[in-house]
Amino acid sequence: MSEPLTLTIEGREVRVPPGTSVLEAAKLAGVLVPHYCYHPSLPVAGSCRMCLVEIEGQPKLAASCATPAAAGMTVRVSSPAAKAARQGVLEFLLINHPLDCPICDQSGECELQDYTFQEGRQGTRYGAYAKRYNPVEDFGPDVLYVPNRCILCTRCVRFMEHVAEAPVLNVSERGDRARIGIDAGQLLDHAWSGNVVDLCPVGSLLSKDFLHKARVWDLDKTASVCTGCAQGCTVSLETRDNTVVRVKPRPNPDVNRHFICDHGRLDYHWMNRADRLETPLVQEGGRLVACDWERALERAAGLLRSAKAPWVALVSPGASCEALDALARLLAPGKGSGAFRVATGPEVPLPGVPGLALRAERAPNVQGALAAGFTREWDAAVARARDAGLLVVLDDDLAGVAAPPAGVPFLYVGTALPDAARGAAVVLPCANAAEEEGSFVNRDGRRQAYYQARSAPGMARPAAWVLDAVLAALGAGTGVAA
Amino acid sequence: MGYPHPSHPRETVLLSRDFGDPEARRLDVWIRRGGYQALEKALGMGRDAVIEEVKTSGVRGRGGAGFPAGVKWGFMPKQKSRPHYLCCNADEGEPGTFKDREIMRWTPHAVIEGCAIAAYAIQAEDVYIYVRGEFTEPIRVLQGALDEAYAKGILGANAMGRGVRIDVTIHRGAGAYICGEETALMNSIEGKRGNPRVKPPFPAAAGLWGCPTTINNVETLAAVPHIVVKGGAWYKGLSLSNPRSTGTKLFSVCGAIAKPGNYEVTMGFPMKDLLWDLAGGPLPGRRIKAVQPGGSSVPFITAEEAERTLLDYEGCLAVGTQLGSGGVIVYDDATDLVYQVMRLARFYAHESCAQCTQCREGTAWTTKILQKMLRGEGRAEDLDLLADLAEQMTGKTICVLSDSCAAAVTSAMQKFRPDFEACLRDGRRAGAA
Repeated sequence: MSEPLTLTIEGREVRVPPGTSVLEAAKLAGVLVPHYCYHPSLPVAGSCRMCLVEIEGQPKLAASCATPAAAGMTVRVSSPAAKAARQGVLEFLLINHPLDCPICDQSGECELQDYTFQEGRQGTRYGAYAKRYNPVEDFGPDVLYVPNRCILCTRCVRFMEHVAEAPVLNVSERGDRARIGIDAGQLLDHAWSGNVVDLCPVGSLLSKDFLHKARVWDLDKTASVCTGCAQGCTVSLETRDNTVVRVKPRPNPDVNRHFICDHGRLDYHWMNRADRLETPLVQEGGRLVACDWERALERAAGLLRSAKAPWVALVSPGASCEALDALARLLAPGKGSGAFRVATGPEVPLPGVPGLALRAERAPNVQGALAAGFTREWDAAVARARDAGLLVVLDDDLAGVAAPPAGVPFLYVGTALPDAARGAAVVLPCANAAEEEGSFVNRDGRRQAYYQARSAPGMARPAAWVLDAVLAALGAGTGVAA
Repeated sequence: MGYPHPSHPRETVLLSRDFGDPEARRLDVWIRRGGYQALEKALGMGRDAVIEEVKTSGVRGRGGAGFPAGVKWGFMPKQKSRPHYLCCNADEGEPGTFKDREIMRWTPHAVIEGCAIAAYAIQAEDVYIYVRGEFTEPIRVLQGALDEAYAKGILGANAMGRGVRIDVTIHRGAGAYICGEETALMNSIEGKRGNPRVKPPFPAAAGLWGCPTTINNVETLAAVPHIVVKGGAWYKGLSLSNPRSTGTKLFSVCGAIAKPGNYEVTMGFPMKDLLWDLAGGPLPGRRIKAVQPGGSSVPFITAEEAERTLLDYEGCLAVGTQLGSGGVIVYDDATDLVYQVMRLARFYAHESCAQCTQCREGTAWTTKILQKMLRGEGRAEDLDLLADLAEQMTGKTICVLSDSCAAAVTSAMQKFRPDFEACLRDGRRAGAA
């Protein structure tokens, strides 16, 4: 490791490792140099010329993204010359920009909007000429291209070429006729291509899924972890009116950098499903009837007290570590064991980021389930369940599993009620991953917390709370529920 | 000889000796006239000795930038750890410049020999000659000469029988001016879009395919055999003015001039004599008004300035312009200078690679303002706006294409302000070119 070097940016001294760009050094000094083409997870293009700064002793302004920090450098970001240059770039970017912010999805999180408000010029000097016009293009399953808003930063092109390594996007034409093109006969349908929408600093690349769904300033953003696979990408769940409307990657240098796959991005609609379990249910007179938590927990405790060994648990690897741990405590005194099953699909790596892939195991907490003592022996567990002393199911939809024989005491804890669970003695409603706080352990053993993005329906509670409450009712609880 | 006119007695005929003589394209004739002696001699010298000789000669890049060629060669790593490459920049697209075309057309072996010597000096085994795509005849001639040179064993795995591999490949451009920019040229050879690269790294550190690369203009490389044979000191002696401007230079004189064509003169030759004597002065009844001495990318000078300027790097700088590529564009009193500036701006707007914001949008906007003025719809503030845009387009981009557009606008507005004011009033001058 070579020695860190010290430079001065806007009068602030900062120490950075050699090889750091002036732009990144400025970030460390707490100064954001406005920029468009630069992105920390993409190769440097140095072309938008927005990040020009003044470096003492250099005759020309320097593109801070493409200039390595040097010891003793004195950098001025807001000197008159640098500000004038950025104002010039903003003016050039705006002359052909449609300014259709009122109908643009990017509005409110648009870097062109932000920097223009920050330091752009009032009014236009381009009034006499028609703006460039090109029609909207359909790039792929979830991506629209609005060329009129494009500022040619080429982040999308570089992402597809150098990160996804599926170079279907290009810059077509030259001069002010230039626009982003897609290779003839190609679609932007790579499993990671949705990232171009996030990378686009303006509203030029849009997600069809989010199209005109919400104004971004109306969104609440919650730190979460993607439930789509075992990779454990950190995401932001974005809600409006208690509904998840968008999933965005949350930067995480160790797991997913700035990216998530389209599977994770688009597989969130289940979080909003309406046919949910909203109240505890108990079996009465041959049918399930709603009741309050007190009565349901009493009934559950009674069921467990009288149940003989062995107990069998069928759990979801999408449940939180906390819920799985609570269930493991319930089984702990040698009463039984449990298993889980994992949906699988093709593994799709993102070549430009080592260690990042849409994993074949499409569940977020396989490692958490294993750590809590559950096994992958699903079929054996299902078979054992048929003459078990007690069956506990934690949010598995029981697809393909026959309803247990009437004689088996059955406690179902879940978000929705599958037909196979209609014979359960007690049904306890729990929150889904968007509605609770918890943690998942990803395939690399990294435990990551996620937070509540929307309220759970009705009386549903986080599964960990529910199982703790059952333990408490048995007299073996942690006291959390109390 | 000379082409299209016989050489003028005041020319110093070095590179243009065989212009107009198709015989010179033939290898046997070329060898009889002394061809490939320089390569023979160079291969017998140490590589460093060749570089030293070129350094001594003081020959500077003839493509426009004027960087000393020997110094450039000296930047190449001495310890070769990766392939080294030589690029010959024959993408002569600079408006008003047509010297490389003639060198390749008439004396292809001079180019090949220069390439081979340079390749040897910088330890490159592969040479790419990047030829402007529209140069169909020069490409055909050059390829013919290349085939002959291979057949004779001058090039190839055992070049000149001296155990050195030198392979030369012609790469044909596809019609982009910007590919004459050295790093855009390399991208183009690599099969990528011809966008200039951010520098540093410079080509000597990371050029073609990321390997150390030297890139020289056709005219520079064609001068190298003369330097090797007659010595760097001899070449350096060819100067009428400044010791930092040495050798001969081809000037492509064009525009409003009696005898357009290429003229080879010694550095420091008076521009006045080039225009009024060699090139025959203005057309009958006309008066020279403005000159761009180094292709369309250099600032305009007035006829008065041209008359007192010596044709060398320093002399041009002294009047606020550059020697550039040596494409001398002459404008006379019958031209509408605003219209001509608009045409240049339109050219740059068409050719901008679209990477840098200032260039992509600025060249097009500049063109629109000038076109509006020429339609008679100009407003007083348009001139300030043009100047302001030019300021934004200068010194802020990856390459100098936008600087070139801005330089044309600002120098013309500064030196011919009344023309722009008249255009604001009246629009395009009736009957003017």
